[in-house]
Amino acid sequence: MYQRKLSLGFVLATCAIALAFFLSPAPQSSPLLARPLAAGFCAGAALLFLLAAWLADARSILPGLLGAFASGTASLLLLHDPAVAGAASGGFWAIVIACWLSGALGVINLANIRRLRGERQRVVNIAIPLLFGATVFYLWEVGVRGFGVSPVLLPSPSAAAARFAASLPILAGDFVQTFIRGVLIGYVIGCGSGLLVAILAQRFDFLGRGLLPLGNFFSALPLVGIAPIMVMWFGFDWPSKAAVVVLITFFPMSVNAIAGLAAAGHIERDLMRSYAASHSQSLTKLCLPAALPFIFNALKINATLALIGAIVAEFFGTPTQGIGFRISTEAGRMALDMVWAEIALAALAGMAFYGFVTLAERATTFWHPSYRT
Amino acid sequence: MTSSALALPARTSRPWAQHPLVARYAPVLTMIAALIAIWYVAAIAMNWSLVRDGFEREETPYTTLDILSGTMDAERPLLPSPHQIVNAFIDGVFGYPPLAPRSLIYHSLVTLSATLLGFVLGALFGIALALMIVHSRVLERSLLPWIICSQMVPVLALAPIFIVALGALGLHGLLPKSIISAYLCFFPIAIGMVKGLTSPDPLQLELMRTWSATPRQVLWKLRWPASVPYLFASLKVAVSISLVGAIVAELPTGAEAGIGARLLSGSYYGQSIQLWAALVAAAVLASGLIGIVGLIEQSVARRMGAH
Repeated sequence: MYQRKLSLGFVLATCAIALAFFLSPAPQSSPLLARPLAAGFCAGAALLFLLAAWLADARSILPGLLGAFASGTASLLLLHDPAVAGAASGGFWAIVIACWLSGALGVINLANIRRLRGERQRVVNIAIPLLFGATVFYLWEVGVRGFGVSPVLLPSPSAAAARFAASLPILAGDFVQTFIRGVLIGYVIGCGSGLLVAILAQRFDFLGRGLLPLGNFFSALPLVGIAPIMVMWFGFDWPSKAAVVVLITFFPMSVNAIAGLAAAGHIERDLMRSYAASHSQSLTKLCLPAALPFIFNALKINATLALIGAIVAEFFGTPTQGIGFRISTEAGRMALDMVWAEIALAALAGMAFYGFVTLAERATTFWHPSYRT
Repeated sequence: MTSSALALPARTSRPWAQHPLVARYAPVLTMIAALIAIWYVAAIAMNWSLVRDGFEREETPYTTLDILSGTMDAERPLLPSPHQIVNAFIDGVFGYPPLAPRSLIYHSLVTLSATLLGFVLGALFGIALALMIVHSRVLERSLLPWIICSQMVPVLALAPIFIVALGALGLHGLLPKSIISAYLCFFPIAIGMVKGLTSPDPLQLELMRTWSATPRQVLWKLRWPASVPYLFASLKVAVSISLVGAIVAELPTGAEAGIGARLLSGSYYGQSIQLWAALVAAAVLASGLIGIVGLIEQSVARRMGAH
């Protein structure tokens, strides 16, 4: 059943390519056959799709994906013709549909492979979301350029990428201003003081019982609203952004760390007591290691919160630098490709930050059940 | 071993301190009192030079006591004292007719409507995503990583773009704000619901199999009820996030009404008391919304047979 569906999908993709040879890619443009390069790619894609339809099992992944790549290249080549860009019609969209269909079939096919050995499974696990993302970005690019969507509404990914590459110095300055100065400094101070307060709360029970409900309350509040006040207190430059980040990251960290420090079991505590361990000894040797999964949970939550906080704080006033500043001014000037380049920068920084925290977590909490397989 | 170590601990503690109500609320109340005291001290310290400079500019003779009282009711203090904030909040809520542009109720309603619409949209989207992910291996493996990545994008940075793009399409006002808050709050719901829908253990799933239940029956009779606690836990997180989204969405758009607009105008004109009053309104809204979700959770739990 699954094989027949797969076959049918690839046959449909072949039909779409065949259709593209008969319909013209745009009303006022030469037919596909008059463009040797694009026609060659299309013909190759059709042959690969037929091969995939004939194999119709896990072996069809490679020809299917190669065909998707070939038809995608053909459609992007067509877009270089100004007669096609913005006025694409049937023939062009047939190629796009073929590419999308084969890409989707490739993802489905990959996801349905079972029982792979370690290293290969890992490659497949990474390849699936990457392919999915590539398909989405391809459809975005082709859709924006094929329909001729105004760049004021939505720039194509390639335009944003070109803008990213062209304005690296500006982006580097914004990155340093927002991320290195605002986010990192605030993150370290906020998480550090949150942890410190949690340790104090564990030492003095009264403090802990008073702080926990308050911390829960404060971490549910829209704390980014404090940003304009911080700008009033600390001025336009990075200290006000760092202060916002400190406030935002403090409460999740202290609440999680208080819960984590209480996570060590009674038996372990009694063991430490029977060793006559001092409070600081049992803290560093038992409670803090046991609290690490909770602390890293807070560190991960804070990694995203911190970036958002710093960017929002920049909406309230900055020196003429910073990701949030650039986004709000360029959006006002309708330069959306620059805005998307800044968003890509922020996303990359956020993912790298999150990935770094995750790696540190794996390195330090390898003993935790969730990592033992 | 000495005899003192074996002896029972002496009963030195006072009986009232062991009363459950006291034991429960005393620490919190002490903390709040300490917070307010610190706040007053900070207000005096931060407004001191401001008030003194004011006196010196007017060249009126002053004493330390004058400055002290001046820091308590300065017009544009660096840090307003708590009673000023409370007064401004009460004045904003009760001092004007509810729909006057100076009334906090009016601004809160504007933000609340965007929050609720965004919350409903985000909740529906998150639940739909979770249902799809649970039922399709392909989606689980291809979409889930991207959903997690989507939260690495500082979503609030997208707010100006949404506003510009939707404005060009002829959409203004409520919907762009709601979309931003929906984008922010769908994530915890989707993740929580994936966890909840997959929480039935293999034994229960196999029981459904022995009854030859269809996937739809498994969903409605087993997975859905099992996911309800997860749903409400994530709804509580999501509702406060969606309020943040609605407030921040009002910032770059130059909205005229709403708590975010109130914050922005307060920061432009240095009206710190107005700023703090708007923050208090946001806090009240957030705790009210979470409280309502909690109440619904309790009543649903009671209907589903919890005690």
